[in-house]
Amino acid sequence: MQNNSNATITDRAQTEPAFVRRALVTIALIFLALFLLLPLAAVFSQAFEKGLVVYLEALKEPDTLSSIKLTLITAAVTVPLNLFFGVTAAWAIAKFTFPGKNLLITLIDLPFSVSPVISGLIYVLIFGLQGWIGPWLQDHDIRIVFAVPGIILATIFVTFPFVARELIPLMEAQGKEEEEAALVLGATGLQTFFRVTLPNIKWGIIYGVILCNARAMGEFGAVSVVSGHIRGMTNTVPLHVEILYNEYNYTAAFAVASLLAFLALITLMIKTFAEWKVRQQLENN
Amino acid sequence: MSIKIENISKQFGTFTALGNVTLSIPSGELVALLGPSGSGKTTLLRIIAGLETPDSGKILFNGEDTTCSHVRERSVGFVFQHYALFKHMTVFDNVAFGLSVRPKSTRPSKAEIRDKVNDLLRLVQLESMGNRYPAQLSGGQRQRIALARALAVEPQVLLLDEPFGALDAQVRAELRRWLRKLHDEIHVTSVFVTHDQEEALEVADRIVVMNKGKIEQAGTPDQVYEHPANPFVLNFLGNVNLFHGRLSQPGSGLHAADGADDNAVSYVRSHDIEIDRNQQDATSLRAEITYIQKLGPAVRVTLAIDGNTGYVEAELTRDVFQNLGLKQGESVFVRPRQVRVFVEDYQI
Amino acid sequence: MKLFKRHNNVLPGFGVTLGFTVFYLSVIVLIPLSALVFRTMGLTWGEFITTVTAPRVLASYKVTFGAALIAASINAVFGVLVAWVLVRYKFPGRRIVDALVDLPFALPTAVAGITLATIYSSNGWVGRYLEPLGIKVAFTPLGITLAMTFIGLPFVVRTVQPVIEEIEVELEEAAVCLGASRWQTLYRVIFPVLLPSILTGFALSFARGVGEYGSIIFIAGNMPMVSEITPLLIITKLEQFDYRGATAIACVMLLTSFLMLLVVNLLQKWSRRYAE
Repeated sequence: MQNNSNATITDRAQTEPAFVRRALVTIALIFLALFLLLPLAAVFSQAFEKGLVVYLEALKEPDTLSSIKLTLITAAVTVPLNLFFGVTAAWAIAKFTFPGKNLLITLIDLPFSVSPVISGLIYVLIFGLQGWIGPWLQDHDIRIVFAVPGIILATIFVTFPFVARELIPLMEAQGKEEEEAALVLGATGLQTFFRVTLPNIKWGIIYGVILCNARAMGEFGAVSVVSGHIRGMTNTVPLHVEILYNEYNYTAAFAVASLLAFLALITLMIKTFAEWKVRQQLENN
Repeated sequence: MSIKIENISKQFGTFTALGNVTLSIPSGELVALLGPSGSGKTTLLRIIAGLETPDSGKILFNGEDTTCSHVRERSVGFVFQHYALFKHMTVFDNVAFGLSVRPKSTRPSKAEIRDKVNDLLRLVQLESMGNRYPAQLSGGQRQRIALARALAVEPQVLLLDEPFGALDAQVRAELRRWLRKLHDEIHVTSVFVTHDQEEALEVADRIVVMNKGKIEQAGTPDQVYEHPANPFVLNFLGNVNLFHGRLSQPGSGLHAADGADDNAVSYVRSHDIEIDRNQQDATSLRAEITYIQKLGPAVRVTLAIDGNTGYVEAELTRDVFQNLGLKQGESVFVRPRQVRVFVEDYQI
Repeated sequence: MKLFKRHNNVLPGFGVTLGFTVFYLSVIVLIPLSALVFRTMGLTWGEFITTVTAPRVLASYKVTFGAALIAASINAVFGVLVAWVLVRYKFPGRRIVDALVDLPFALPTAVAGITLATIYSSNGWVGRYLEPLGIKVAFTPLGITLAMTFIGLPFVVRTVQPVIEEIEVELEEAAVCLGASRWQTLYRVIFPVLLPSILTGFALSFARGVGEYGSIIFIAGNMPMVSEITPLLIITKLEQFDYRGATAIACVMLLTSFLMLLVVNLLQKWSRRYAE
């Protein structure tokens, strides 16, 4: 430890001795390999255990296909709605000051701190048979819970904050000078938004949307409560994985799960790229 | 276009940014709003632009009330402190923006826009930079592009918020002269905000000195410099020494404060203090040199006057300093050339 | 709305966007959540207490909160280590590892659940080596802790990482110039700066663990009194059409989440106490 050459002293200002560094990196990597890499590898290994034919066979099964369709529909409804909400909320919160702003931000984040099970339960309490408007809905033959609308509602709830919480700090950091400049130059509100604001928050939106989409397609707990688990009808991909797994059809379960794992990997890639772009944009400010 | 500001007030929470400000700006002039930070100068500029709405009062453009008209309709050009260039657009698209967002009926053709933008880029001496992005420009270049962009819509009024604030000293001086020249060519009524008195004195036709949401004085650079209305203006436009009591001019030294002169404070600019080895007349005061500081072409001498607390700063040219051969700790005589006395309990 | 607009700025759309924000927030989040609270108020105080303190429910709290506490502690230690290594040291594959840390966010919980259950079952990749040592992970509370550690890891890393990034080098250099050893610098200069973010990450990881369902139920074994987590108990009650029971327990969980949210907010306020 005692070394008086100048180089070592400046080195020591910011870092640990080499052997400590190496030991820490090793421990961290072993921990991450055990906790992250191993499960990821296991998904694909289990899925392809009995060969590619069995794998594809499992994916072509009608119930699987219908679950994929339902998941795609759910995401197709959820993501645009939450995107629109996220952009409007971020506009109001980041570009204006008003009383109660911090409370509003906290409330928008609320769905993240609620257990997924509760996220589903609350819709059962409103739309279920014993719920507030359940009897009325039944009289009019409208099904919300244990049907597709319930699944979509629960998914909207759990993915609610994604776009907004990404855009609010980004737009706050960017300030409103560019928008003011556009207005002074005679642009209308919509022109200002589409030609000045939108290009500046593009990557923030992509980041939020990709995470929102991943969660929408992968949500399990909340959807499980409101789905009713009707095979081929109200089963999303994650719910279908559960059913296959509980039927001891492991290969099929992991085959379907591998689709979701693949989605997760793509999500991570796009997310990392978008994050890098956002950072770059902020540094240009 | 002339601008009239009538009884404008603006509060931000409990902070009074502007308290009942009235000012009129003649057409075609280049006016500086000068004051320390928090004096309300930027708020006033933003209210003129329509970016901020006053709590009360009126803004008249050419005698017409524009207080309630939207920023879009005011035809003002605004140059932001940090330029607010659109980072995702090229320099060309930035300058063209104001024209290209016009409704179809009044929008010039593509070719007209191109010609106009190229003319403007030539005016700001950046004709070769059209394809670059703002991030690829230097600070001074960005500043000029921001100006070109503001001019593209042919504004009746040009407003500039600390236009040279973010630039280094040399570029700053250069752009200052360039702005003055540009204004002499295009003669659009212009208002710029600055906290730098040199900048205001050099560039503006008229200076409006502001402090704590009020206008302290408005006038030509000579007027505000030679005939400051109050100690604040005097102090803000140059280093000044103050003596409690009435310093006669050209009279007999420093009187002890007495009677009606209780609140009298005498102000002498540092370059209005003469240093001599011999007593000239009764106004000369004996003093000891406590510190000598060389500031490029000038020399600042700090002196302690005998029988008086506090210090006096005198600014001499290097020539005068060398001729006198002053040294720290020497005893000399100081004599104010010009004294301004304000009898009020005014605190700077 | 008009009033705010006049006071603030000329940007358009404040009324419309704020109006829509509040409307959508109310319809999707606030009204449904308040349904839970109102339904619980349909119970008498006595009924409520009896329901939420039944032995099986108490056992589930113990399992859930206990496992979440251990998982959050593990994450607090290893999360800080991972964050430190990612920010301070250069090693091959650092960027990939950095991206991979978010895997638990991105991987659907059901996938995580069946995978962990498979790896740690008695003939799984890891389980087979643990079994001879007498360590059973799958279908025990240990498995619950494991799943909670998995899903909670990114919370600590991602709250601590930016704080480490922002530590000025001058801070450490100043400490060294003043004669501090590396250990003293870490302990007395770096650690106090990191502490609020570590606690925030810990709280977030804990809250996530308490509410987690999907990744746990496959590995938990779900034995009442032993390895049954509270969210599962809510679903069980619901499936038995015991809406009142489900609602009452859910209400307790919701209050816990609010409490955690409050703690996190206070921690964040505390972390900004030296900010200018």
